[in-house]
Amino acid sequence: MEWMQILGLIAGIMMLFILWPAYKHWSANSPKAEKGDWQAAILPLAAVVGLVILLIMSVR
Amino acid sequence: MNRYENVVAHSGVEVVSSNKVLKNTYLLLSATLGFSAVMAVVSMVIGVPPIMYIASVIGALVLGIFVLPRTANSSKGIGVIFLITGLLGFGLGSILSLYLALPHGPQVIATAFAGTGIIFLGLSGYALTSKRDFSFMGGFIFAGLMVVVLAMIANLFLQMPALSLAVSGGIILLMSAFILFDTSRIVRGGETNYIMATYGLYLSIFNIFISLLQILGIMGGDE
Repeated sequence: MEWMQILGLIAGIMMLFILWPAYKHWSANSPKAEKGDWQAAILPLAAVVGLVILLIMSVR
Repeated sequence: MNRYENVVAHSGVEVVSSNKVLKNTYLLLSATLGFSAVMAVVSMVIGVPPIMYIASVIGALVLGIFVLPRTANSSKGIGVIFLITGLLGFGLGSILSLYLALPHGPQVIATAFAGTGIIFLGLSGYALTSKRDFSFMGGFIFAGLMVVVLAMIANLFLQMPALSLAVSGGIILLMSAFILFDTSRIVRGGETNYIMATYGLYLSIFNIFISLLQILGIMGGDE
């Protein structure tokens, strides 16, 4: 179990190592959202949430 | 008139180029997913231990950080992406073996597989047909991923099932946003390397599948 924790910690730190420069780049260079952009993104993500709930109900 | 023709010709070249990247990305994505599935079956037949999953994730991360970006512009990149996806598939096999041993394991795996397919096809279709630019979500997605990774690291030591569920839910939402983000970048010419585009989409699909497995495994009553 300790080995799993150590390996998990290494994997997590490596992920942060990848994500940090990408986060810095995109937070500085992302285009501003225009009117309706967030709505257009939230709609399919809400559908994903609905699907996951349906899947959970199907296995219960 | 001449200017108009130039604009039309220029945008025509861009559309053809992005269509080619998109086609190559989907071809390579299907090939890598198929290869991963084969490697998962091999791993299940051999019966590798669960620790292999984390070892394969670390190996794939090392290749993804240090090797893939340097080889993605040459034919070597194809070999590297198959190595990464094969390794992840091999690690996944050990997790699938654990789920198969549970009473409702096969049902949970089949449901997670179907759910991942529906999410990927639905979001890709939406991004392709809406033709919207989802790159405005870049900063938000990467900030969210960093929070999720920090929560994952914390839960290695806290071992809280509720936090584990929250992390899995967060990963599904963020990877779904990533599919919109990556697909719109390919369509709009923001990503011109189909190997890197495949890597991004493959990781989103892989993470959605693993997280769905975890959520359905816990909520299905099999711990």
